[in-house]
Amino acid sequence: MTELPKKTNKKLGLVIDLDICVGCHACAVNCKEWNTSGHSSPLHDVEPYGDDPTGVWFNRIHTFEVETEVKGSKTVHFPKSCLHCEDAPCVSVCPTGASYKREEDGIVLVNADTCIGCKLCSWACPYGAREYDETAGVMKKCTLCVDKIYNENLPENERVPACVSSCPTGARSFGDLADENSEIVKLVSEREGYDLMPEQDCKPVNKYLAPKLNKDIFKNNELKPISKDENQSFEDWIEQVQGASK
Amino acid sequence: MINPFETKREVVNTSPIVSDEVKKTTCYMCACRCGINVHLKDGKIRYIDGNKDHPINKGVLCAKGSAGIMQQNSPAKLTKPLLRVGERGEGNFKEIEWDEALRIATTWLSEVRNKDPKKLAFFTGRDQSQSLTGWWASKFGTCNFAAHGGFCSVNMAAAGMYTIGGSFWEFGEVDWDHTKYLLLFGCAEDHDSNPIKMGLGNLKTRKDTKFVSINPVKTGYSAIADEWLGIRPGTDGLLVHSIIYELLKANKIDWKYLERFTNSNWLVYNNPGNKNHGLFVRDKNNQPLIFCKIKKKILKSSEENTKPSFFGSYYFNDVNVIPSFELITKELLNDDFKPSIVASKTDIKESVIKRIASEIAETAFEKEIELPIKWTDINGKKHDTMIGRPVSMHAMRGISAHSNGFDTCRLIHILQMLIGSIDVPGGFRYKAPYPKHVVPGPKPSGHKSIPNTSYDGMPLGFPSSPEDLLTDENEKPIRIDKAFSWENPLSAHGLMHMVINNAWKGDPYKIDVLFMYMANMAWNSAMNTKETIAKLIDKDKITGNYKIPKIIYSDAYYSETVPYADLVLPDSTYLERWDCISLLDRPISSADGAADAIRQPVLESKRDVRPFQDVLIDLGARLGLPGFINDDFSAKFPNGYIDYIVNHERKPGVGPLAGWRGNGDSFGKGKVNPNQINEYIKNGCFHNHKFSSDQSYYKFANKSYINIANEFGWIGKKEQIVLQIYSEEMQKFRLASEGHGSKKPPDYMRARIKKYFRPIPKWYQPIEDNNIESEKYSLNAITQRPPHMYHSWGSHNAWLRQITNRNYLYISEFVAKKNKLKDNDWIWVESSYNKIKVQCRIMKGVNKLTVWTWNAIGKRKGAWNLDPKSPETEKAFIINHIIPDLLPKREDGYNYSNSDPITGQAAWYDLKVDIYKCKENEIDYKVYPAFKTLKNKSRKNIEINTYGKQIKKSFSKNQSTKHFEYIGNKKNY
Repeated sequence: MTELPKKTNKKLGLVIDLDICVGCHACAVNCKEWNTSGHSSPLHDVEPYGDDPTGVWFNRIHTFEVETEVKGSKTVHFPKSCLHCEDAPCVSVCPTGASYKREEDGIVLVNADTCIGCKLCSWACPYGAREYDETAGVMKKCTLCVDKIYNENLPENERVPACVSSCPTGARSFGDLADENSEIVKLVSEREGYDLMPEQDCKPVNKYLAPKLNKDIFKNNELKPISKDENQSFEDWIEQVQGASK
Repeated sequence: MINPFETKREVVNTSPIVSDEVKKTTCYMCACRCGINVHLKDGKIRYIDGNKDHPINKGVLCAKGSAGIMQQNSPAKLTKPLLRVGERGEGNFKEIEWDEALRIATTWLSEVRNKDPKKLAFFTGRDQSQSLTGWWASKFGTCNFAAHGGFCSVNMAAAGMYTIGGSFWEFGEVDWDHTKYLLLFGCAEDHDSNPIKMGLGNLKTRKDTKFVSINPVKTGYSAIADEWLGIRPGTDGLLVHSIIYELLKANKIDWKYLERFTNSNWLVYNNPGNKNHGLFVRDKNNQPLIFCKIKKKILKSSEENTKPSFFGSYYFNDVNVIPSFELITKELLNDDFKPSIVASKTDIKESVIKRIASEIAETAFEKEIELPIKWTDINGKKHDTMIGRPVSMHAMRGISAHSNGFDTCRLIHILQMLIGSIDVPGGFRYKAPYPKHVVPGPKPSGHKSIPNTSYDGMPLGFPSSPEDLLTDENEKPIRIDKAFSWENPLSAHGLMHMVINNAWKGDPYKIDVLFMYMANMAWNSAMNTKETIAKLIDKDKITGNYKIPKIIYSDAYYSETVPYADLVLPDSTYLERWDCISLLDRPISSADGAADAIRQPVLESKRDVRPFQDVLIDLGARLGLPGFINDDFSAKFPNGYIDYIVNHERKPGVGPLAGWRGNGDSFGKGKVNPNQINEYIKNGCFHNHKFSSDQSYYKFANKSYINIANEFGWIGKKEQIVLQIYSEEMQKFRLASEGHGSKKPPDYMRARIKKYFRPIPKWYQPIEDNNIESEKYSLNAITQRPPHMYHSWGSHNAWLRQITNRNYLYISEFVAKKNKLKDNDWIWVESSYNKIKVQCRIMKGVNKLTVWTWNAIGKRKGAWNLDPKSPETEKAFIINHIIPDLLPKREDGYNYSNSDPITGQAAWYDLKVDIYKCKENEIDYKVYPAFKTLKNKSRKNIEINTYGKQIKKSFSKNQSTKHFEYIGNKKNY
């Protein structure tokens, strides 16, 4: 019901490297911290010291185990936030125009003033990336730190989303995925970045980099003892290593 | 009116004012101590992010640090001094004024000091100001001081200091930029929280590198390892033995490195039964000797142009002498360490052990790196390049928290020495002020407890022979925690985990006052929680007095320990205080520079609380302790800690802070500079003295580095620091056990000393294994810290507890099948000593015979301002309840503490358990044991947290932001 822009000038988004994400939640908490006083402020917490504390988070980390054919089990840390899709169903489904995609940079935002809290968007989002703030009665979501990345009150190299600047392992990159010459596009191409659930046809802007399979960088599988004799005596060993070092 | 058919565009303010002011300080959400920018708006915290210029975190910030706002906002903060009015443990207090609180403390403490100062036990937990607190204890005149190192890291600290003059943990680092192969032993979230994460990101995104994690549990760092070795807990030493065995058999060792930098060639007396057996052969000037293969004679090890022998049998004054390396290799080539034998004990396949050894050798010797850095060695010889063997190792709690941790850690250091990868490009690097000469002085002080008399030295130190122990003429312990006694001779960090038990028991004596800071000893910092709590409230049946008569406790939050204090001194938060992170203590240095830091108050406290260090300095003056008063008895530091930080001199010209001394242009030494703090603040609250590139590696034998280390007072002499692959110190204790020397262990301890004190480390089974029915209690039980929580401070944080507020016992599929368990079953976890009831979850990434859980999530009802029905209290648990603090009585009739026999390190991870399903009628959907709810009259219920709302409201477009620093994206680190 809400129109998506035909084309956006930029495709700002995130690239998340699952090969180095250790699941530390730094990005999630730093996001919460920035955004609770940001564009969608506040990110309410209900019963923060109670028996069932819940709150609004734009970024959540899911940790799970997968069984791989070659390498056995793999523990995956999977950070998930809005993917700022090109064909964002959360926007087209919005009855009030509160959910919209910015033409200038592709960021998907919610206008709290016009959101009626009907939650259609969260039903439409295949990624479960929307966060309903029950205290405020409106839908909230990742803003890609729209009030940080352009903020002229901040030094230039601080103008990146909070999840990116905080990430200790460097697993998160930010940039314009429409710019073929950008570092971030190069990274995606080098590491064969992929779309999350491409079958949903949402054309997510954010990309994920898969955990790398081990490359075999070693020549040998075991060391060759200096003696073929399994029961080599200590004295023989001394003799041989001394001989070898001459 | 809103037209629902029209896309109404929102006007987004993309440049709101962020803050009125950005104040820089140092984080304290864990012990990593990152630099932070605190963005303040209308006196509230708008945002905390990492300081890009800071040597520790270079702009990044972890989940804990990012949750600082909620730590500051915690309703569990104490607000006023408290005096107990009911019985201990009830939680009945009356609020009192600081004057009264300090008067009471002064009275209690001065009574002790007038009578017998050691009857004060002062233990300071997670203290980051140990150079102050230790100094205070020595001025008070009590030997009974330590922080929490004895139950944390002492195995690693001591093993390193007795071997390579530096250590793992936060005192050393991987050469992340150059390493090609990393072995990470037992390492999960801990100190160096951000540097390790940054390093792993760096290592893994470089080509042709490999990261191997040796850890029973595949979480966090281990999850991104290129190879995970799910080792059985406590057997890492055996795995290292096996790797060493493979390397030796294949002659893949760095002979040159061993010859130049270690004591491998030093001659050792082979004189069994005599007092010099196993000691180094020395000349009249105490210089160690070697046998030169060219000159065919015994010469000083420091003599140049020799070809020292690694093997052989020689005679010195008619006594047989042997190079230490022969003794070492003879032990290490024991066939018990063959991969085929070790495999079944470690749960690492024979082929894997062989392959790992091969990969180490290939990386070390075929992928050698050479950095074009000119340097001069200690003998004045110039080198054009720095050669590196790019195999690095790092080890932490998984090694430390076992009763064989000291020797396991020594074995890792020996492996590093054998392949020549300590302090070389691509290897493990020391952080300033390390390395130090082995074994560093000074020795522990406190032989006598004399009324109103201070010690000259400090309570903690590194004993290098039995003569340095703190035992009386009957060889009984002098300290309340029995540190530096025959029970745990090298307990360089004390044994905080034994203090409450010993004080309660009166073994070795009773105390009058227990004074603790920031250690949750009635909960997650205690072994045997239930008994520990019982001991805190136990009374003497005859007198009716508490067996531990007086307890003073300082903390910032209403923790589980607060209700057990008689007098509570409320501390400030980390954002409300001055602090110093000193080179005299635990600095924030890196391998590339010596750094220290301060905290500055960025917020004013609105509660009636005082920073603990201010209080301690005040008490020092009230008690008239030397160093804390002037000649006219006036307070020497009337302005508290900040006054001390700037004006205290430990030695002439050496104070808590090393930067901007003198006229502001001296580093390390220089007279007091009244403007020093301003300089720190201007620089982002830290100082980093960067080393020149020629000082960056080979620090133990690098002339330029040794010279500056000596000038700055970090080492006492301008001599090479020789790495001790063979430990003479250990042999000295062993000789004492055989009856040599002036100071000998009591008879009943001789066998124990002889067993564990070996000049060459040898893996032994964790002690608990031998004490229990190993068939019944066949599973290892360990814990890990969640990456977003450090301990109980963090786990009550409003944001962090939304991520984790309960834990499960995680079990392997093997155990699940064997015990017929499925996810979420309620089970009993039973140790030889106690049992708990918890829920289990099954996972793949865990050693098949290991169960584990997250540490310190479980809380006691009523503590930390949480709803008593919180998941933390009803579903979460701590495993401490089933970890014994004492081992069962031995044949010698003595209950040893559950600690490493060498260092006294608490053996948390030795725990063995059995698990089984609860009966239907036992399931009440709550964990067991449940302790009585702690009373906390001040508990506040907060329905909705709206933090940020007020701050956003105050945004306006026309103000400028005072941003005096450039902060930013970690991409530039």
